[in-house]
Amino acid sequence: MQSQHIMRSFDEELRLLTNQIGGMGGYAERMVEQAVAALVSGDAALAKKVIEDDAFLDEKEREIGEKAVVIIAKRQPMAADLREIVGAIRISGDLERIGDLGKNIAKRVVAVTEARQPTRLFRGLSALSDLALTQLKEVLDAYASHSADKISFVRDRDEEIDAMYTSLFRELLTYMMEDPRNITACTHLVFCAKNIERIGDHATNIAETVYHIVTGTVLSPERPKEDKSHKVVAPTQQES
Amino acid sequence: MEDDDNGSSPGWLKAVIRRLGRNWPVLAAASAAFLALDLYLGGNGLAAAGAVAFVFAVAMLFPGRRGEHVAMQRSEGLAPDIDTLPAIHLAAAVQDPLYIFNRGGEVVYANAAAAAAFGPIAPGVSLQLKFRAPEMHDFIARVLAGGDEPSATDYAERVPIERVYRVSAMPIGEGTGLFVLLFKDQSEARRIDRMRADFIANASHELRTPLASVAGFIETLRGPARDDPKARENFLQIMQNQTARMARLIDDLLSLSRLEIRPYVTPSEKVDMRLLLKGVGDSLAHLARESGVTIAFELPETPLEVAGDRDELVQVFENLVENACKYGSAGGRVVVSAEDAGPGAEKTVTVTDFGPGIAEEHIPRITERFYRVDVETSRAQKGTGLGLSIVKHILTRHGARLSIKSRVGEGSSFTVHFPPAR
Repeated sequence: MQSQHIMRSFDEELRLLTNQIGGMGGYAERMVEQAVAALVSGDAALAKKVIEDDAFLDEKEREIGEKAVVIIAKRQPMAADLREIVGAIRISGDLERIGDLGKNIAKRVVAVTEARQPTRLFRGLSALSDLALTQLKEVLDAYASHSADKISFVRDRDEEIDAMYTSLFRELLTYMMEDPRNITACTHLVFCAKNIERIGDHATNIAETVYHIVTGTVLSPERPKEDKSHKVVAPTQQES
Repeated sequence: MEDDDNGSSPGWLKAVIRRLGRNWPVLAAASAAFLALDLYLGGNGLAAAGAVAFVFAVAMLFPGRRGEHVAMQRSEGLAPDIDTLPAIHLAAAVQDPLYIFNRGGEVVYANAAAAAAFGPIAPGVSLQLKFRAPEMHDFIARVLAGGDEPSATDYAERVPIERVYRVSAMPIGEGTGLFVLLFKDQSEARRIDRMRADFIANASHELRTPLASVAGFIETLRGPARDDPKARENFLQIMQNQTARMARLIDDLLSLSRLEIRPYVTPSEKVDMRLLLKGVGDSLAHLARESGVTIAFELPETPLEVAGDRDELVQVFENLVENACKYGSAGGRVVVSAEDAGPGAEKTVTVTDFGPGIAEEHIPRITERFYRVDVETSRAQKGTGLGLSIVKHILTRHGARLSIKSRVGEGSSFTVHFPPAR
């Protein structure tokens, strides 16, 4: 981007490509934000809008893929430029998946809100989504500024998201045991929480891609441990 | 830049030079005419030279006509000429976030307010990558395409702190290919609304419990326990505790609300953490004695300076140390340690207790408002469920973060990570 090629139109093409990633990123951030807002406030209309928005991301991903292939074929880029273009393809893939996950949350809104739930069920979920959104924002900001300074903190935060998810899983399980009428809503909420946790994972993927684009090296392979929700079992004795 | 020698050469000299520069064809013609006339009349050129000098002197002292006269009046005295003032000086003086960008949508200049609000941004970074919200994306595209309609839009950010801006964009001058993007912070109004709603929801819920208890005891005192002095004394004591709890709760809620209403600007005052932590230790000495805890400090030899608001940071560490004394009293000691890993690295302050620890599933949640690990212990310790929310809020404002490590049975440590100095 900042570099100068002999052919200025090449710079132009690269910039258009990365700008489109920015657009996709903004859209994905907005979708997740609105999906969770729709869930918390039980807003079916907003949920419907989010579901429709997903088509835009699918379309954009295809567009970016095609454009990237054309650039590669025409310019035969090397080193940094090639990383930039391949990175764009990968990031657009991750963003498209994030959109899908947001859409999946929006789809569950109607089922969750059919019976009005107490707000305590949602408090943890919106805190979790805030974490994931902060993660996504930082990663995309790092992409915008082409800097790898903050990338290492992103992994710490992914750990935080996993821990929060495990805690939330446990909490929702308790609600279901307290009152079987909560089961429908809580099951959907568990899926929503899982979706948000996956969004965090995709953000971490993007972070790794950005690191590769900027430095040309791969981030050390030790990723944070996975969440521990697979070990959580319902307590046999109900705690009071 | 012409402007650069402002400091060295006085304004009048510049004006004189400019005037001479502008009138040179006339002056040259006049000098030639004098010389020709003098020679024609048989002189030796001396009279002509005198006449030319006179004309030059008049030209230097006589202010120009029309435009220059106005410009002169405006720039008279101390101010440099407004015509030659670089746009960058003006942009730097603006208190709201401001970006200047080119036709390609690349940032050419960002002022200090922009760096404070949205983080530092290197020149050449694409604006559409930095501001990705769909409406901003469209807005910037529209401005670049050269739409004529009045261009302004709203920009909202949810994380890390909710902020709302009114954004406007304008081309600079004519044919410069540069645009200016200006952000006006509208968050305050939005935040006050939100705060009011939250305050009512939280406060009514949390105040209802002690209030119900007080109401219950009043009823008992008027009824069955009317003539029982021993029970009366007992009940009145409980009622006093409950009202004290309500008062504490209101204090904390107000403190949190005050914090939320502050604009999102990282405080820039330099605070030496060693002095601050010692001060916190002194003010909590009596609490530590009561809890049977000794507070130990492990601080570096050299000053550990962080950018922050002193009072707010005191509140943070008072909360953390107080928690450590109250909930970790079983361990008998609390360690406050600070570390500076050198320039470019995070500075950390850790408060460690050796009490019962916090179970893993609670750790991610304990900074939520009114989240309590154990309601009974919290009540017994006169906790309001807001302390760590306040801590987290202050730290977010400072661009710092809190990390919590704990093992059941071994104790907990709360670490504050301050960002490296810019």
